[in-house]
Amino acid sequence: MPRLKRRINNLSHLFLPLSVLVILIIINLIKGADYFRITMVNGALYGNIPNILFGASELVILSIGMTLVTAASRGQDISIGESGAISSAIFVQYVLNAGEVTLCTILVGFLISCVAGLVIGAFNGTLVSFFNVQPMVATLILFLGGRSIAFIIDGKVSPILANEISNRIGTVIPGVPIPTPIILTAVFIVVVAVVLRTTNLRLYVEAVGVNPSAARLNGINPKKVIFLTFLLMGVCSAVAGFIAVNKAGRHDSVNLLKFIMMDAILAVALGGNSLGGGKFSITGSIIGAYTIEMLNRTLLRLEVNPEAIKAFKAVFIIVLMVIASPVVRVFVKKFLDEAKTIVARYSVRQTGGLNKGAASITDTTGKKGE
Amino acid sequence: MRSLNTTKTKTGLSNSNLLFMIAGIIFVLMYGFALLSFPGSFMQFQTFFDLFNFNAALFIVTLGLCVVMIGGGIDISVGAVCGLVTMACAMLLESGMGNVWGALFLALGIGLAFGLMHGYLIAYLEIQPFIITLAGMFFAQGLLTTLHKEPLNVTRPAFVALRNFTIEIPWLGTVNRLGVFIPCEIKPGVLVVVVLVLLYAVFMKWSRFGRNLYAVGGNRQSARMLGINVKQTIFCSYVICGLTAGISGFVFLMTTGAGNIGNGALFEMKAIASNVMGGILLNGGVGNLLGAPIGTMTLLTINELIRAAGVQSNLQAIVSGLLLYLFIVLQSIVMSLRGRSKFQLALLPWLKSHRTSSEKKAGN
Repeated sequence: MPRLKRRINNLSHLFLPLSVLVILIIINLIKGADYFRITMVNGALYGNIPNILFGASELVILSIGMTLVTAASRGQDISIGESGAISSAIFVQYVLNAGEVTLCTILVGFLISCVAGLVIGAFNGTLVSFFNVQPMVATLILFLGGRSIAFIIDGKVSPILANEISNRIGTVIPGVPIPTPIILTAVFIVVVAVVLRTTNLRLYVEAVGVNPSAARLNGINPKKVIFLTFLLMGVCSAVAGFIAVNKAGRHDSVNLLKFIMMDAILAVALGGNSLGGGKFSITGSIIGAYTIEMLNRTLLRLEVNPEAIKAFKAVFIIVLMVIASPVVRVFVKKFLDEAKTIVARYSVRQTGGLNKGAASITDTTGKKGE
Repeated sequence: MRSLNTTKTKTGLSNSNLLFMIAGIIFVLMYGFALLSFPGSFMQFQTFFDLFNFNAALFIVTLGLCVVMIGGGIDISVGAVCGLVTMACAMLLESGMGNVWGALFLALGIGLAFGLMHGYLIAYLEIQPFIITLAGMFFAQGLLTTLHKEPLNVTRPAFVALRNFTIEIPWLGTVNRLGVFIPCEIKPGVLVVVVLVLLYAVFMKWSRFGRNLYAVGGNRQSARMLGINVKQTIFCSYVICGLTAGISGFVFLMTTGAGNIGNGALFEMKAIASNVMGGILLNGGVGNLLGAPIGTMTLLTINELIRAAGVQSNLQAIVSGLLLYLFIVLQSIVMSLRGRSKFQLALLPWLKSHRTSSEKKAGN
């Protein structure tokens, strides 16, 4: 029992994203009961849930990187969309110039785009860690100039990726019912989970985010850790760019992953992470990212006027953040505790203290009171 | 000797003023370079005034954001609010119901409403400013597209008169090729910019609120220990920023005369970049308010310079990004060198005026 309680306590930071998810599902079920229905179309799963998983794949990957950057550097990277556009432009150019497209060329192109992502991450990371520039300001440079770089790499027209393999990466592999971006995202999440489990990355990042000077005194070099998180962010944006460009089938340097940094930061915040650095939860961010995609699709499903979608989204975010804000939480907790004690007293008086549930409630409230 | 010098110099120049000075020097260098390389266009006073004439709204937005940034927050909704105000005012003027004063009050009202909402949620409910102002940005953009999608040109005579109204400076101007003297022109928006800059600078420097804001931005905990009402101060800073965004929307409409969805797009990023160039740090507590207009002027001069150089439009963004990179690195190097004592000995001997000659020899 106590073990389970501890488990639940550990999951308390997931309260916000999970409750939002539940609310959204309820809204969708009210709208139509067939929300969870999944059908097979052309050998692939089709339905609301697979669509959400499919649509949010880049956002999930980017929000993982954003969580790490936010936790370590206490700021946000706003150039992720641009760095994804640049690295995917390099990938597209390599594939188009390679001649015959095989799995090998795609893989090599992907690795090259990852290297490009690393270079971009190193550029941002150098500014943030070694020059002590605030992350938002440092990444503002690439935010302003990044799309032009991608455009120049593209060479004016938006090149089209018309080959079998990238089409399959963007949609489905014949014989496998699950869309490929979902599989790639799942693989990426597993890799990140394994890395976080087996290495000290989480400990180091949290230590640096909570207090950089204290981390330095304990033998962790904060600069190196922050630099590392930016490198990881670069890889994440390269992977996201790879998936996005294969999904779209062409490289549109102006609109590829446009303004996705806002959604990624929102996903991090929705996941219950502080944007001021410190402890982080990747699970929360992933759920947050899926929640955002679900919110977008729910608004479309409710037939909200497409011009007004952003306003509805904003209202939803504000309501959510108000509910989750520390002040409101403390207030509600106080209120609930008072209600509990009143109920407990009442039931004790009624049953003479024999009721097991009431006794346990009085126990817990008593402990809290101490 | 060395320790004596350092203690003296430390009292001489605060971080805010040092960054402000760097910003000023960079602007002078930038404009000087522009004058040297393109004397034909930059030598004219009208070019200088046009920086203000066409970008008055950006100057005002930057001022409002500067107040919030000094308080340690951020407001990325300013651009969207500015765009919303232009469209709302244009619709009001076109519907034939309100007059110009009504439009002005509507602009102030929208700005105030956004400011109050942000301020209350951020200061009193302690929600992260980035998320709330992001939501505010989405909200303003959503309202903007819901209101009207096509560009809306204001044709009301009273407003057109205001739009076309220019102030001529008779003693300043240029002679064109035909030998006709053309006096310099200033739009009324520029006057608004000047008034607001002076007002805010005085406000931040000498009022109790301004000093409280610096204290809160520097360290919230110690500001609370000093007995400053932290929440109220932060609340006020967001309200001021919202109001300023409203004013900037009206000024934007006064310059262009049309409501459009693209109005005020990316103003928040430009304003953040200008503030950083002007020496106002995102962490809060550091920065001179006069740095905001200087930073904006630097950014605009760079843009003009690149345009005058005839660089391809895609390279323009890259070049301005590179210049921003240079400034940021320069600022950071200066700040980090200042942390060590060496730099103070190196720079300040010729910056400080009230030293005796013997010290001058020793310093050099």
